[in-house]
Amino acid sequence: MITGFLFRALDRKAILVALILLAIAVAVPVSNLMLPVSHPLHVPTHIMALFGKYLTYALLALALDLVWGYCGILSLGHGAFFALGGYAMGMYLMRQIGTRGVYGHPILPDFMVFLNWKELPWYWYGFDQFWFAALMILLVPGALAFVFGWFAFRSRVSGVYLSIITQALTYALLLAFFRNEMGFGGNNGLTDFKDILGYSVQAQTTRASLFAATAIALAIAFVICSGIVNSRFGKVLVCVRDAESRTRFIGYRVEHIKLFAFVVSAMMAGVAGALYVPQVGIINPGEFAPANSIEVVIWTAVGGRGSLIGPIIGAIAVNGGKSYFTAAFPEFWLFALGGLFVATTLFLPKGIVGLVSSGFAKLRGPREADRVEETLQPGTEAAQ
Amino acid sequence: MTEKLTDALLYLDGVSVAFDGFKAINDLSLTVEHGEMRAIIGPNGAGKTTMMDIITGKTRPDKGTVLFEGEIDLTRHDESAIALLGIGRKFQKPTVFESHTVQDNLELALKRDHGIIATLFHDTSKEQKDRIDEILDEIRLTERRSHLAADLSHGQKQWLEIGMLLAQDPKLLLVDEPVAGMTDAETVETAKLLRRIAGEKAVIVVEHDMTFIRDLDVKVTVLAEGSVLAEGSLDHVSADERVIESYLGR
Repeated sequence: MITGFLFRALDRKAILVALILLAIAVAVPVSNLMLPVSHPLHVPTHIMALFGKYLTYALLALALDLVWGYCGILSLGHGAFFALGGYAMGMYLMRQIGTRGVYGHPILPDFMVFLNWKELPWYWYGFDQFWFAALMILLVPGALAFVFGWFAFRSRVSGVYLSIITQALTYALLLAFFRNEMGFGGNNGLTDFKDILGYSVQAQTTRASLFAATAIALAIAFVICSGIVNSRFGKVLVCVRDAESRTRFIGYRVEHIKLFAFVVSAMMAGVAGALYVPQVGIINPGEFAPANSIEVVIWTAVGGRGSLIGPIIGAIAVNGGKSYFTAAFPEFWLFALGGLFVATTLFLPKGIVGLVSSGFAKLRGPREADRVEETLQPGTEAAQ
Repeated sequence: MTEKLTDALLYLDGVSVAFDGFKAINDLSLTVEHGEMRAIIGPNGAGKTTMMDIITGKTRPDKGTVLFEGEIDLTRHDESAIALLGIGRKFQKPTVFESHTVQDNLELALKRDHGIIATLFHDTSKEQKDRIDEILDEIRLTERRSHLAADLSHGQKQWLEIGMLLAQDPKLLLVDEPVAGMTDAETVETAKLLRRIAGEKAVIVVEHDMTFIRDLDVKVTVLAEGSVLAEGSLDHVSADERVIESYLGR
């Protein structure tokens, strides 16, 4: 049964994408570590770190695409799952600091000593162990998505209303994490990390390993998503997107289908956040900002929702553009981002991927192009 | 579950439902036997679609009894549970999964485990594939099996939706306006198709097209203002004064 799933998952596209990602996972760190700085193929550490961050964004966008592009659930709160995964990783990294903190307390992180706390709060227990933190990276976003989705999908909240409450969810978490009493470092968040799995987070080899781990995680997530999308479950997801009540009248439990997709997606977002934190060196409540979640939607839309490659291309392209714009014309970035979203909605309903595939089809012949256009019409139910 | 109260496949008694004070269904009683085909006619707003909504669990009645197979209280189940109990429904506007192929539409509708594990991991078996071939043949879409449902003509979509109902293998089919927008030739074919289905399965057809109802040649129930106005053969109900006044005469 698992082999059947894998067999369906590894179609030509998935094999190609996974191989490219694995090649990147090997080539980039090797070039960074082994080649001399003067070599034309040397990848500088800051570029590797930047693209490592983009790859975590790509994983987040892929997670969103599974629920939005395939199931029609427009979540405007996926940043919350990303941030929760990030906080779980941050808590592990904080506990690795040990006595090397400013206050040198063997157990309490600096901010707790500063707040005059005497004991470690119960929810910080276990985070000194990597396996525990890794489990929480999956379980905490997954559990939140489960509880939230359970109520929302059972009550048949959908469309704009669901989008609005996902925004409220991430905003509520933003406010909560700002509070010092919560025990997550308040508005400063968690930072000053020293070690991960015994290796210094600053070391070039660690940075290279984190880059490789991110690319591999993205490849695995891609194969899992591909398996889901190619199975009958994936077809049912599209049914839910395009004709929810028809799906129900055939006898599918739409609320269970949505819930499963939502939880899987939240866990993937959590992993993305966990890989993001050691690479950027900080996690703070700003990651819960509603605007972050909206940006993820833009990446996915620009790349092409409803195709698994689209969100990866979109996340890297838009963030690459952002890095360039914010350096070259800092005051115009938000206009450019807004314009990009409007332009995508008006002219590229299927994003970059849709443009490329209809372009290929046009080369083959005008009739083919019409067919692809029709195939690529996204579901209308989500937009209503 | 209570003990069996009736031998009828579908039993509605004293069902009423009101929306904002408007009584869409008013003290409606109706029975359909196993394998029976029943035509339901009535003017717009007579409550035909609302009745189907109640049977399929989309709308809860304010009062009344709705029993399936004499013992299952349908008012206590939701749409997907009722679909699995064996009631299939075709909507007024043909609703198929347009971004899937004709064959996929049927495969998705096929009666089998619809749980998450099964849908993620199980393959379609040889018998199930054969069944799909049979249905494709029955609804005359074998040649278009790998086309997207979006590319079908209006009449073909209607047939595909009926095919999806067959794939569900229900005991009762509710068919809302199956020949709306069809050519005369397609209408005749649809009447034949539904007659073939009936006997094995019970069928309730809601339709406005009188020629089609005559082709079906079955017992007719006339609804008006949410309750049954007359019941019997088409000739019998067409002769009824009240039916002429409320529906046919206009």
